Amino acid sequence: MTVLVHPDVSTRFLKRIGDRLLSAFGLLVTLLALIALGALVYDIASDGVGRLSWSFLTSYPSRRAQDAGILPALAGSLFVISLTALIAIPLGVSAAIYLEEYGGRGRVSRLIEVNISNLAGVPSIIYGLLGLGLFVRVMGMERSVLAGASTLALLALPVIILATREALRAVPKSLREASYALGATKWQTVWHQVLPAATPGVLTGLILALSRAVGETAPLITIGALTYVPFVPTDVWSPFTVLPIQIFNWVSRPQAAFAHNAAAGILVLLVLLLAMNAVAIVLRDRFQKRMA
Amino acid sequence: MTDRVRRLAEFAIERTLFLCAAFSILVTAGIILVLLWETAAFLGDVPLSEFLFGTVWTPLFYDKHFGVLPLVAGTLLASAIAMAVALPSGLLIAIYLSEYAASPVRRAVRPVLEVLAGVPTVVYGYFALQFMTPLLQSFVPGLAGFNALSPGIVMGIMILPMISSLSEDALHSVPNGLREGAYALGATRMQTALRVVVPAAFSGISAATVLAASRAIGETMIVAIAAGQQPRLTLDPRVPVETMTAYIVQVSLGDTPTGTLEYRTIFAVGMLLFLSTFTLNLISNWLRERFREEYA
Repeated sequence: MTVLVHPDVSTRFLKRIGDRLLSAFGLLVTLLALIALGALVYDIASDGVGRLSWSFLTSYPSRRAQDAGILPALAGSLFVISLTALIAIPLGVSAAIYLEEYGGRGRVSRLIEVNISNLAGVPSIIYGLLGLGLFVRVMGMERSVLAGASTLALLALPVIILATREALRAVPKSLREASYALGATKWQTVWHQVLPAATPGVLTGLILALSRAVGETAPLITIGALTYVPFVPTDVWSPFTVLPIQIFNWVSRPQAAFAHNAAAGILVLLVLLLAMNAVAIVLRDRFQKRMA
Repeated sequence: MTDRVRRLAEFAIERTLFLCAAFSILVTAGIILVLLWETAAFLGDVPLSEFLFGTVWTPLFYDKHFGVLPLVAGTLLASAIAMAVALPSGLLIAIYLSEYAASPVRRAVRPVLEVLAGVPTVVYGYFALQFMTPLLQSFVPGLAGFNALSPGIVMGIMILPMISSLSEDALHSVPNGLREGAYALGATRMQTALRVVVPAAFSGISAATVLAASRAIGETMIVAIAAGQQPRLTLDPRVPVETMTAYIVQVSLGDTPTGTLEYRTIFAVGMLLFLSTFTLNLISNWLRERFREEYA
């Protein structure tokens, strides 16, 4: 009896089918993930776009969904995040400069590094408990903008340090050596050579960290930020609310009209995030051109 | 500037920078002290065994019980659902992008997937409650308006990019020699990917998985919005549950006076949450270090 099909051929055929299947399946799941993102954006846009208007942006919250606006939350978000940046950026960038340029391989530096990567993995709500125990109670800041910004600053700190270190690491060694060869001190080298060269990367990292902080809800709820604020915060001791908390407040109500408000609020939050990222890209391009 | 002054200034700058770096130690110390302080006060009133092994959690009711197990069950249930969504799909995406996709596809897909990781969690909460739950209710019988299934799935979508991009990095750093060896022995791409590359990147992939699990356990807003606020010792994904994080939010929204036992419960629950995520993060770090040694 003659073998019409060599056994090898059929197994090779099966193997090729398996290969194709795995590839097709991988592509399918990748597409599914992208579709989930699309569904998310579409769902929110279709629910919320009808509520977006100038008066939505400039009104105070209200018991009637049609009259409610997000002015206090938007102002609160902008105020809190500016203060967060003011606290976290100098601290974070300085810490990163120390670890990357000065630290060396000592035991203390190693301990600080491990500590920072651990802090980056602590859930954000735990920072809220820290803020509640430390800033709100022990330091007596109450539920103020300052307490909120300090809490978010601690939360953003590890992200800022890790991103800044990465940007500093990307600066070529030759730049530092040339500077030393010209007789510059360590700090002169860092300040006049390394930092300017690292600026595009540092800026991107900073904006990334701050845009994560803008979207944070849980830590601010935990420190007791209010959910109903009918005024714009005026100074750092004011009570406040932020966009994500206002959105959460609206989502938690059973009426559909408030859900639409929440969707509109989300659109405003997403536009704010996009704007921050656009600023990061523009700044990065400008600095890169200057360096080139 | 004289040399002396300059040297002094350099020294001062270095010290200042060092203090900024050392500040992060204070943050960790602050977290541990605040949690310990209030948890110790809590355990003065409630025995540890009742807290850890009790099966009823009603600190806000007249008849108070402080058994944390229902919150732990809710957390594990929602996180398990999230991992069941994120692990297989994230790993498949990583294998596809690293072993099959052309490099322009990889470069285009990765940043879009990372957008998923940058969406604020309150937005995912809205998506879970307003989109996913109604969608699931159309074919899952007996699914309540608040449940563990919908936020679990959405949480899975949120942590998927973490698993896919960290696993892809791990797969990518497997030396090409291993792949070529497999091809030389007549293996197909699939055999090479599944039997050579994935096992070789195993500790990197497990590190990503453990890190994602830690993120799911600590995730707050999605479950606070869509899972309900009823501590319940159950593994049924269709009924309302409450996670540890959602409980902290629930108490924070109310007007609980400082120094009361109810107020202290959130720190005790926070301590448990901190210890669990901290342990998972340590395991993940250890796995990643091991991976680094293998191909250094």
